Parts: sequence; C-alpha cells; structure tokens
Amino acid sequence: MSLKLKALLKSPWVFHLSTGSCNNCDIEILDCLTPRFDLERFGMLLVGSIKHADVLLVTGSCNRMSVERLKELYKQVPQPCLVVAVGTCAASRGIFKDSYNCPVPLDKIIPVDVYIPGCPPKPEAMIAGVVKLIEKVGGAK
Amino acid sequence: MGKTIIPIGPYHPLQEEPEFFTLTVEGETVIDIDMRMGYNHRGIEKLSERKTFENSTFVVERICGICSTSHPYAYTRAVEDIFPMEVSMRSKYIRTIIAEGERIHSHLLWLGLAGHFLGYNTVYMWAWKLREEILDVMEILSGNRNAYAMFKPGGVRRDIKPEDVPLSVKKIDSILPTLDMIKKAVLDDPVLHARLKGVGVLSYQEAIDFSALGPTSRASGVARDVRKDSPYGAYQEMEWDMIVTENGDVFDKAVVRILEMFEAAKIMKYCLNNLPDGEIDAKIKDVPPGEGIGHVEAPRGETFHYVKSDGTNRPIRHKVRAPTFMNLPTYKATVKGQTISDATIILAAIDPCYCCTERIAVKDAKGRMLYDGKDLVQLSREKTAKMKRRMGVR
Amino acid sequence: MTREEVLMDFTSRFNEDILDFEDKSNTRVYVNIKPEAIVRIGTYLFRNVNARFNIASATDMPPNIEILYHFIVEDINLVISLRVFLNRENPEIESLGKEIEAFNWIEREMSELLGITFIGHPDPRRLLLADNWPECVYPLRQDYEEWDEKADRTRGV
Repeated sequence: MSLKLKALLKSPWVFHLSTGSCNNCDIEILDCLTPRFDLERFGMLLVGSIKHADVLLVTGSCNRMSVERLKELYKQVPQPCLVVAVGTCAASRGIFKDSYNCPVPLDKIIPVDVYIPGCPPKPEAMIAGVVKLIEKVGGAK
Repeated sequence: MGKTIIPIGPYHPLQEEPEFFTLTVEGETVIDIDMRMGYNHRGIEKLSERKTFENSTFVVERICGICSTSHPYAYTRAVEDIFPMEVSMRSKYIRTIIAEGERIHSHLLWLGLAGHFLGYNTVYMWAWKLREEILDVMEILSGNRNAYAMFKPGGVRRDIKPEDVPLSVKKIDSILPTLDMIKKAVLDDPVLHARLKGVGVLSYQEAIDFSALGPTSRASGVARDVRKDSPYGAYQEMEWDMIVTENGDVFDKAVVRILEMFEAAKIMKYCLNNLPDGEIDAKIKDVPPGEGIGHVEAPRGETFHYVKSDGTNRPIRHKVRAPTFMNLPTYKATVKGQTISDATIILAAIDPCYCCTERIAVKDAKGRMLYDGKDLVQLSREKTAKMKRRMGVR
Repeated sequence: MTREEVLMDFTSRFNEDILDFEDKSNTRVYVNIKPEAIVRIGTYLFRNVNARFNIASATDMPPNIEILYHFIVEDINLVISLRVFLNRENPEIESLGKEIEAFNWIEREMSELLGITFIGHPDPRRLLLADNWPECVYPLRQDYEEWDEKADRTRGV
C-alpha cells in the first residue's frame, strides 16, 4: 500500500457534497458527528474545503445544475480520494430515475468506491459503511 | 466607496443544501442580494403525476427530509378534499402526534445549526443530543427515524400500539428538563442578546407583503398559524398557545421556535394519553374527478398542496408549495443595510468569529458538578503559582 | 366580516368579471374570472380583504392553460381560488408580481416550467432550471418529451 493511502486510512477527512438530495442523508451525516455517535473520536472530521478531503461523501440524485459542480470538484480533489455514495438517491437515483432534471446516475459520472443504501441510511449504517471502506482499501495492500 | 460582489455557495462549508447567493457590498454594508436556486430541483411535481394516488405519498415524503410529515399530510388532506371527506378520529390523533414530533425535532435541528453558525457549538451539541431522544420516540411510534411513511389518503398506514404509549410519554417527559435548560441558556445569554437582537428585522408590513409564513411571520407579530386559522387534525381538542412576538429580528425567531417546542410536547402528550379507539383507515378506492387543496402547518410554515384528478387512478396535476418558497424572498428585506457578518447569520450561513471558551464544567459520572468555570480558573492560577515556586521564578 | 358578507361584497363588486362561481364546500370557493381582470381582483383581495396569497398553480389542459390563484382569508377560514384560462399557443397574462412581492417567484416558476408570459414582470429570469436547459422546452406541459440524448434511465453500474 502506498504511504499516502496508509496515512489516509488513519484519519479520513470527509467532504460532504449534496447534489440535489432531500436533506435527510445530509442531516444524518451531521448526526454522526454529534454526541451520541461521535465519529470524530475515530479521527474522521467534516472539512470545509475539498482540498483538505480524503473521502468525498456524495448524497442526492445528481441534478443538472449540481452535476457541473460535482465534476469541477472532482477535478480539484487531491488524489487518492475515495468516493462514498450515501443514500438510495446517490446509489441508484431511487424514485428520481425518470425525473427530467436528473439525467445521469452518479456512478456514470465519477467512480464510486462504496455504496451505503437506505432512505435515509441510519447513522449506524453510515459508520458501518465507512468501516467497510477502510477495510476494503486497507485489505487491498 | 466601490461596490464589491461576494458570492456565497453553491457549496459552502456550512450550508447544508446547495444554494447560491450573491451579496453586493459597499464597505461592510450589504446593499443588494440576489439568489440562484435550482441545485435541488428534481421535478417532483412531474414525477408525482405519473404515480397513483397512494404511491404519490412516498414521492412527496422525499421532497424534504426534515418536513417528511408535512408534505404527506398536506397531500393526503388535498386528496381527501376532492371528495370531500373526513378521516376517523383515531387517525387524526395519530397524524397529529407524528406532526408534532416532527416539529420538535425540526426546531431542535434549527436551534443547533443556528448555534453552529454563531460559533456557539455548545448549543449545537446539546440540541442535537436532545434531538436523538425525540427521534427515538418517533422510532418507537413509527419504526423509522426520519421518513415515517405513516400517511395514506383516507387515514394512516400503521396503528400506534398501546404498549408503546407509556414509554413514549416517559421519553417526552424526560427531555423536558433539558429543553428547559437549553431555553434558559439561550434566552438569558447576554452574548446572544448582543449578537441577535435587532439583527435582520422583518417588519409587520413586510411580513404581510411577502406572505411570510410560520415562525418567520409570527416573530414579526403576524398571528398566522394554519392549526388555529383553519383547524385540522386533533388541534381543536386541547388547549395550546400560538407563540407570537413583536420584534421580527433573529432573536425573536429563535424565541418563537424554542417556546413552540414546549407547546408541541404538550400537544403530543395529550394526544398520546387520550388516543380514541376506532378505525385507522377509511379504505378509499376511487378518487372522483375534481380538485382539492390541502394545507398544514409545517415546522417552517404553511405547506400547501393542490391536487387535480380526472377520475383515473393518478393525479393530472399536483402542485407543491413548501413554506420556504414564500419565506426565502424575505431576505431581500432583512439583509439589505446589514453588515456582512450579520448577513451570513440572517442567511443562516456562517459566522467566522465568536466561540464559547468560557463555559467549561467538569462533571463526574453521575452528573455532579465538581468544578465550574471559576474554580477552574482558580485551580489554574494555583498551579501556575506552584510551578513558579518549584522552578524558583518570581 | 362573515363568510357570506365577504362573498357577497366580492361578487357584487366584480360582477362583470366573474364568469362562473363554484361554492364547493364550507372552506373552498372556486371563481372563474376573465384573465384581464386578474390584477384588479388579485390586488383587491390581497390589500382590501386582507387575504393571504397561498400560491398559484398552473395546469396544462389542452387546448387551454389554466392558472389558479389561491388566496386564504384567515379570519373566516375560506380559500378563494381564482381560475383563469389562457390560450395554450400564446399564454399571456398581466403580472401581479410588479404590485405585490409575494407573487414574484411563483410567476418566474410558472413561466419557465409552463411557458406562460407574465407581462410587466420585474425580474423574468429563470428560477429552477439549469442554464443549459433549452429555450421553449417546458417540462410541465403534457406533451413534454425528453430532449437530452445523453440522459441515462438505467440504475447505474
């Protein structure tokens, strides 16, 4: 495993991007940081700039306006970066599959490493998802 | 002095949802504001027109994760208004319980985020910790934390089990003392007074002109609440107060929301304790041709749905109006003339300075206070003196 | 004022502009009016009757486009919906947004989603749709068809 990747897994910093979601997943992501779940004790931190991030959390069904921003942000992110699709919308667009404003699913736009399904996924599911991500990348060596 | 244009967004560190504001400033003062939406537009109205009346309930539940009760509630009322018909008393009570639970968790969420934007993270953590408790109550009653899926045209989808009621009431009772503490901590805090009073004032006439709704209008003295104006659900069955304040600034909006949580807890407890017996579902089969309007008081204001049916099993038009659609343009009135740092709170965006370093307390496992801030300062002084003595410095 | 007084005053004042009057239930009234009278009646309801503007909803019903302006008179719990029919080929109506701020955004929304022109609107820009959305394609019309060849209606990888 490269040194960069190893360092990343110790304390993955997370950037959160909403591409037209209903706010539910976003709120549950914030919930992970609050006292009951408290993800920060594992070294995970929600950061304000994509340049500081190791993990990109994407929620929502990728509507026409935010897709442009998503592509732009993915260009700026320092590699290696892991992408996590949170919620059914980001994973498969759910009920928004036929919407006129959500033309392309997320994984046809950028490569996705982990899918966390659920509408919304519970904070426990998100924590489990991130742990699986670390295991997957860490096990790859 | 020259004009500067400051863009905020669409992906800003502290905004939950993508929105794009442009502030035109002259020195420190904001002289103009504009906004671009569309980062969240998913074409729900069109999608809903392809679903059956029953399935549309699930689509409208996904309009907003925080208002995931208000939209189905307004939608089912709109479908019932096509007949027009009344649902059974028991389902009215169950609907009211779910709606008020949502109001408490939504207001707590707002309070936490507002604290976060002010740099007052203690409020953020306390409010969200308390919010988990109310989400537990909702999980006991409906089976999910956020999207409850309790509503269907003609009634409710699930019944409340009698054995869940005492546990829920106990949980609601248990959060009230903490809620009271947060209320005192926020409302009696001189720093918050200095920070929020007189900021972002929406006058009475402006609230009327913009057709502002919910806590935004009630903070400006406009007594406007769908639960009182056009009663629905079980709200007529018990005594509760509409909270109205006069000043219209950010502080009053916080006051309205905090006091409303107590009313909501009161309504919820009454409904749980006095749940009538009866059917929960009218089992409607065909929706006749016609049109219906449903409106309910969501945590943020009135949610309005209009459904038009032509006698088939799906609506030919479904119009959704969320409260924020009317409340958002009031920024035009409240932000102009304020400074940039205040503009960002009024937009509920960020505030870069101010944190609460003074409030430290050490507690033992049972919650007994061992040291408060004063003692800690004293301890630290003694320690410094001790170290100085040991090292032989004066 | 009671419900009867409000309705009596309203119907007698705008007798010539009202085409049809439907008293649906105790709390709902639908009034079909001439399109050219909308500003007169809308501002009267908003300013003089102290009705709150709920929202306007436009529906594409070939050969017409129907707009409903919903007002609620809060004191008497009455929703008054003003109905106008516009020609689908060239839908045009006077803007209320230039008079009252509350109508501003919904008129912008209707003009982009259904292609209705609001004459004299102070700020006729797009509100919801993306900048690369083509002109003259209105998603809420009945005959809307997918224009984007790149759109992918599968579930993804």
